[in-house]
Amino acid sequence: MTRSIRRIGLVLMVLFLALLANVTFIQVFQADNYRGRADNQRVLLEEYERERGPILTGPEAIAVSEKTKGKYRWLRVYPEGEQDAAVTGFYSMVYGATGLERTENDVLSGSSDLFFVDRIQQLVAGRQPRGGAVTTTIDAAAQAVAWEGLRGTRGAVYAIEPSTGRTLVQVQSPSFDPNLLSSHDPQSIREYYEELLNDPEQPLINRPIVALNPPGSTFKLVTAAAALSSGRFTMDSVLPGPAEFDLPLSSRTLRNWTGEECAPGGEITLEQALAVSCNTAFAWLGVELGADALRAQAELFGFDTKFETPLRASTSRFPDDPDAPQTAMSAIGQFDVRATAMQMAMVAAGIGNNGVVMQPYLVQEIRAPDLSILRTFEPQQYDIALSSDNARQLQLMMMAVVDEGTAGILQGIYDANGALVPVGAKTGTAQTGRDGEQPVSWMVAMAPATNPKIAVAVVVEDGGQAELSGGAIAGPIARAVIEAALQ
Amino acid sequence: MSTTEQPARQRTRRNLELFLILIAWGIGVLGTLQVGWATEEGIHPRFWVTAGVVGILALITHAIVRWRVPYADPFMLPIATLLTILGLVMIYRLDVAAAQRAARLDNPAPTPDVYNQLIWYGVASLLFVLVLLTIRDHRILQRYTYTAGLLGVILLLLPLAPGIGATVNGATLWVRVAGFTFQPAEAAKILLTIFFAGYLVVTRDSLALVRTRVLGIPLPRARDLGPILIVWAVSLGVLIFQRDLGTSLLFFGLFVGMLYIATQRWSWLVLGFLLFAMGSVGAYLLFGHVRTRVQIWLDPFAYADTGGYQIVQSLYGFANGGLFGTGLGRGHPELVPFANTDFITAALGEELGLTGALGIVLLYGILIERGLRTAVAVRDPFGQLLAAGLSITLGIQVFVIIGGVTRLIPLTGLTTPFLSYGGSSLVANWVIIALLLVISHRARRPAGAASPPGSSAEYATQVVRR
Repeated sequence: MTRSIRRIGLVLMVLFLALLANVTFIQVFQADNYRGRADNQRVLLEEYERERGPILTGPEAIAVSEKTKGKYRWLRVYPEGEQDAAVTGFYSMVYGATGLERTENDVLSGSSDLFFVDRIQQLVAGRQPRGGAVTTTIDAAAQAVAWEGLRGTRGAVYAIEPSTGRTLVQVQSPSFDPNLLSSHDPQSIREYYEELLNDPEQPLINRPIVALNPPGSTFKLVTAAAALSSGRFTMDSVLPGPAEFDLPLSSRTLRNWTGEECAPGGEITLEQALAVSCNTAFAWLGVELGADALRAQAELFGFDTKFETPLRASTSRFPDDPDAPQTAMSAIGQFDVRATAMQMAMVAAGIGNNGVVMQPYLVQEIRAPDLSILRTFEPQQYDIALSSDNARQLQLMMMAVVDEGTAGILQGIYDANGALVPVGAKTGTAQTGRDGEQPVSWMVAMAPATNPKIAVAVVVEDGGQAELSGGAIAGPIARAVIEAALQ
Repeated sequence: MSTTEQPARQRTRRNLELFLILIAWGIGVLGTLQVGWATEEGIHPRFWVTAGVVGILALITHAIVRWRVPYADPFMLPIATLLTILGLVMIYRLDVAAAQRAARLDNPAPTPDVYNQLIWYGVASLLFVLVLLTIRDHRILQRYTYTAGLLGVILLLLPLAPGIGATVNGATLWVRVAGFTFQPAEAAKILLTIFFAGYLVVTRDSLALVRTRVLGIPLPRARDLGPILIVWAVSLGVLIFQRDLGTSLLFFGLFVGMLYIATQRWSWLVLGFLLFAMGSVGAYLLFGHVRTRVQIWLDPFAYADTGGYQIVQSLYGFANGGLFGTGLGRGHPELVPFANTDFITAALGEELGLTGALGIVLLYGILIERGLRTAVAVRDPFGQLLAAGLSITLGIQVFVIIGGVTRLIPLTGLTTPFLSYGGSSLVANWVIIALLLVISHRARRPAGAASPPGSSAEYATQVVRR
């Protein structure tokens, strides 16, 4: 019987080889496939098993994981909720992650290659990896006052440090509460998300860097820069500033917002034209300079360029091939010119930084789980938008807007030492071109004007009619942000 | 063998066995500490007591082997011990998961299973010792061939008896007496193996006779077909009335395998396979639960929320383990329903990874190989058939359950020998090891050596000689 026993042994061996092969197939070749399946709770559970690293603003956490007694061990909490939603985004078990939660996920979850040494230790010790911390560039005080001023409206605030490109403020309204999207209850997450998705005001879009609006008169900063850069104009050049400007090749006319001449006699200096936001003068200037010069200048400030801070911003744009009347309209930020709040802040920042435009960024440092600094982000120059001489002229012109022009609300700002701070600004009101919509009002400002610590753009999409609306809603927010940043 | 004919040169290799058992115990200690550490439960206050009990049980079994069957195979006992200890560790780990879950939900803490299993390990060791003490020579069992057969069939059909039969999770394979449940099929598989061995030793010559050929397949005489048809019918009965695919498959496969070994006629294998195929197709067509099982096997993800949930979770567990596993205490084996019984391999595969899963399958492979080697080595045909049969039951059971939880074959409910939570299975498999060791001792004992050595003098010389 020895032979038949050996044969049975052979049969069993084949069966066991099949077992071995099958287990190998599942655990090696099919593993990724199984792990990727939507109903695989393990991946989610494992993710929530780890302590996700915090997102910090200064020493304060704006996103932090708290231990729970639930099935999922860690809960993501956002102490400031709606205020910082445009920075943090959310971290949802149903809808994935957005904002820094998404872009910095490798660091926060602890799977980044930066933690290589840590991970080796974890592997050896069998410990669950802990996430690293991400420190933002946000100025907590300025961020808070921006949210305080903006909430209840539809708009955005973005502020930047001109000399570095660090993002100081990034706030949107309406916003969403990331706490409600990052809970452990899929049902309530779905309900809240549906509600946000169906909200006509679109609280989920990252308004400061994604929403594109016509920049209106604030674009006159770009037009003025192009005029100075052309070498044909200085701040003292005299331009025609009639009550109405006949658009070339058309029967239509362009009027000033006051309906009157910009200055008695219909002639005005470039400086004054900016201060009083003279449409006819800038329309004339636009036609004089041509669309290509305007576009070239705009692109030097960052138009038509993709930015990732690492949050992905919309590309601000200047129209491709406008005819003469369209160029005139574009020169005052109408027609098809579209810009994000971030882009307009970059324009002010570039002017304030003596012509050098810095690349905007939002992440200052990456820290290991033990909070030792692993990586610090260095400022990077984006481009030089205009010569420092021209930039200085434009700084003075922007100061005139505050001191003598439409941005009077920004007068009388003092720094921490009690010294009066020179502020440069530009207001704007833009028609969206869509029926029934209120105009978009803007305030773009920087302070101290000759060596700015902050450049801010406030956009309010339902901001009301007047050119002085800078004074109505956007202006006070800009003022509060600047004051907070200078303290 | 010629070099080992001489009594003086035959080594018992008992110290190797002791060494391997100590390693198994050490693995258990480290595994339990890892569970406590990884789940942040810390060291359980009763840990060292438990570890001590396990160690003492392992040493007792070893001591009895050293005393009663010193020439027995040195690998079987350590492998059985290691598998039992791995089972205990995983059952403890799942207890921790259940307790943590209850604590989170503010539910009262569930009763841990590991102490029951530990008690069962004690009972299993006791029976192991009793077998070694009472059965000096396995040939004595041949006398009880028909008693064993009758008892085996009765036990197999016992769950159908009104009043004591119990249906658990859809399968009627339990007996409940005085609040005490057990699976009689586990005991039946040993009794029926004894019966088959005794019966086939007597009848194998007539069964080997070829009378007719059908389609070129040589068939045995019609009257010799009787027993195989009866076993087939009983297997089908188990399948139909107890809804237990696994047990039915186990008995039929065991019988056909032993029949083939006894007669050396491959026609029995063909016939057995054909009958099995017929039974399977018939069951598929007739019974909804069999059809469901097959459909789930073919596409578990289509039934991921219902009948396929278990197997899908099992596959996710294996996938989560990957190459090296999540580490004990670091995975989520508790997501698989019945993780500590049928699906304990999935739990181990998740936390120990492919490395661990392959290791476990290989441990079984080695155990079965040692069993078959014993069958080849022993001189009497009854012993050969018995050893082979016991090895085959282990082999089929392991293949059917591990194949089931890894979706190699449709899932059938069988326990995983030594690993699974459950007393009947643990005790029965330890008895199998005891019987194999008795046979192995007979097979490897040097010619002329005294039958069961009991004198302390001989015991001492063994030690000195090493």
